[in-house]
Amino acid sequence: MTTTTPIEQGSEESLTNADEHHQDHRMFGLATFLVADGMTFAGFFAAYLTFRAVNPLMPDAIYELELPLPTINTVLLLVSSATFHRAGQALKRSESARCQRWLLITAGLGIAFLASQMVEYFTLPFGLTDNLYASTFYAVTGFHGLHVTLGAIMILIVWWQSRSPGGRITSHNQFPLEAAELYWHFVDGIWVILFIILYLL
Amino acid sequence: MTIAIPPSDNQHAERLQPTGWLRYFSFSVDHKVIGLQYLVCGFIFYLIGGLLAGAIRIELTSPISDFMPRDVYNQVLTLHGTIMIFLWIVPVVNGAFGNYLIPFYVGARDMAFPRLNAVAFWMIPPAGLMLISSYFITGAAQSGWTAYPPLSITTPAAGQIIWILSVLFLGGSSIFGGINFIATILKMRRPGLKLMQLPMYCWAMLGTSILVVLSTPVLAGTLILLSFDIVAHTGFFNPSMGGNAVVYQHLFWFYSHPAVYIMVLPAFGLVSEILPVHCRKPLFGYVTMVYSIMAIVVLGLVVWAHHMFTSGTPPWMRLFFTIATSFIAVPTGIKFFNWLATLWGGRITLNSAVLFSCGFILNFVFGGITGVALAQVPFDIHVHDTYFVVAHFHYIVYGGSVFVIFASIYHWYPKFTGRMLNEDLGRLHFLLTFVGFNLCFAPQHWLGLYGMPRRVAEYDPQFAFVNQLSSVGALLMAISTLPFLFNVVQSAFKGRIAGDNPWNALTPEWLTSSPPPVENWTGEAPLVTEPYGYGVPADQLDLAATSGRDLWTNGQ
Repeated sequence: MTTTTPIEQGSEESLTNADEHHQDHRMFGLATFLVADGMTFAGFFAAYLTFRAVNPLMPDAIYELELPLPTINTVLLLVSSATFHRAGQALKRSESARCQRWLLITAGLGIAFLASQMVEYFTLPFGLTDNLYASTFYAVTGFHGLHVTLGAIMILIVWWQSRSPGGRITSHNQFPLEAAELYWHFVDGIWVILFIILYLL
Repeated sequence: MTIAIPPSDNQHAERLQPTGWLRYFSFSVDHKVIGLQYLVCGFIFYLIGGLLAGAIRIELTSPISDFMPRDVYNQVLTLHGTIMIFLWIVPVVNGAFGNYLIPFYVGARDMAFPRLNAVAFWMIPPAGLMLISSYFITGAAQSGWTAYPPLSITTPAAGQIIWILSVLFLGGSSIFGGINFIATILKMRRPGLKLMQLPMYCWAMLGTSILVVLSTPVLAGTLILLSFDIVAHTGFFNPSMGGNAVVYQHLFWFYSHPAVYIMVLPAFGLVSEILPVHCRKPLFGYVTMVYSIMAIVVLGLVVWAHHMFTSGTPPWMRLFFTIATSFIAVPTGIKFFNWLATLWGGRITLNSAVLFSCGFILNFVFGGITGVALAQVPFDIHVHDTYFVVAHFHYIVYGGSVFVIFASIYHWYPKFTGRMLNEDLGRLHFLLTFVGFNLCFAPQHWLGLYGMPRRVAEYDPQFAFVNQLSSVGALLMAISTLPFLFNVVQSAFKGRIAGDNPWNALTPEWLTSSPPPVENWTGEAPLVTEPYGYGVPADQLDLAATSGRDLWTNGQ
């Protein structure tokens, strides 16, 4: 029984093998990481939904969340996903000034989201330790806010590194931008789920 | 056939590596160095965890709490459980053997993300030291490795917080490792190598890594919430503040049941590598093995509440989780019978690796049977939180995983070092471990059935004799590490030279020198499409003609 087939030099397979171990699997790794990160949120959402189902609050402890501000937040994040996409397209065409402009807009939208989230936190009628619902609300939105903060910092780094002379992110090295973009879309997607579960349900 | 060796870009890789023994203390990105780092680091923690187990067994030789204060006993059992699970078994069956073997098995020169790999390893020693130092600074956590609230909220906070931090670190390390394994197995395969041609350990690691990536983050999130309860006095899991402690249990076991498979699935894979080599037979039922692993992965994610039958779970939940858990016995049983069929009619060499593998099969089937028993609600509610559970669990993770770790060390030590281990010492090690293990844990089934609760320093005097019997077993297990340690250290310097392939094995890690060169092969990676092709007797097996050996001998 032949167990092993040595590959002859010059065959098609060995030619493709030449740069096999230099292939870039970073996006795949990032996607796997985001699955893991998504599971953290899944755990939080599961906890929140179980709390709601099993531990009803006292009638005087129930608040109706105001919807306008979080709706604006949702729009901000969704628009920022689109602007990030535009930045990526600009980079592909090596239009670094345009790319940088879109990145700055994206980061601005992210920071606007964070600011608006802060406004919401300070106007809410409950604090972190008031009751189970309040604690979960702050934990979940806070954990998401942490993700937005990290994403905004990443976007600013990408913005700085994609400046035309001297930046390391070019149309030949798009990975940092693409990685930040995938992460940003992920954070936006989580927000949409969060918005539905925490505010609309 | 003429084979030309393509020029290797070895210089580039070697420039990155410190050489000599120093490289084992460096931030090396070589998967073989990282694998051995995991192994040795894990073994040191195993010795520490073993000392703690010894302290527990000394305390339990008498029914009163006389060896140490009760709260220290709680700290010791918490540290023992946490160290053995998170710092010994999980890093070694996944990190150590996974890092060493997976790149060979997929025909790659390293893991997909070598630097992430090194980061994942170097998160472990600080986390472990932090965990152990908590004992000396403020007193370690006292709530067991499960850290159930409200116990974990009411016991001293500092130790519990350090425990949470260190488990978060170890979980992060585990996730990074899992991402790396998934990417390596799925994306780094040598061209022409199909998934269904991979050695079984790859499938085991793929399944394990999927479990790691899906379930570990949930534990991380849960522990963050728990730390809020401790530090910020929120009430997520604190019933006195309107919280729900059962939700913690659900989230915790959503990780910690799969964690059992994270500890035992790689062991399944390793045994499936060892047995065919020493029985000179192909692995029986390759395809069913693969499907069994994947079935265990899927089922393993939906059985967690069988740990919670006494937590007020509603009847429908009891029914569902009993049935799902019983179903897991099917793929596990398939694997068990496949190993037996692999052994059946083989030309078995009864060396230490095979002895430990057979010990594993025996212990594991026993632990599996008590596991199916524990899944049945009417039985479980009687033995829940008794020594029956302790015995069952140790039959799975010690009789299962640790026996396989030892089998694997005996099997791959010649590859790691280029020298053989002493067989007589190995057999002595096996004898002491097997007798000691069964003497230690088999009587605990009896203790549990008669109602001795776990995690207590004092017990009813009627249990004294059986506990002393168990402690004698623990003493034998402690002694059993001595011949092993002596063997491993002595053989590293004085052992018989192993040669490249002392077992005449066909899996790719043996088709290179021992120890292997920095990028695994000096020439091109061999394409092994039939890793278990032991169809002919060993003396007729022409390795030079069949295994691609010429690829690397010519290159040296």
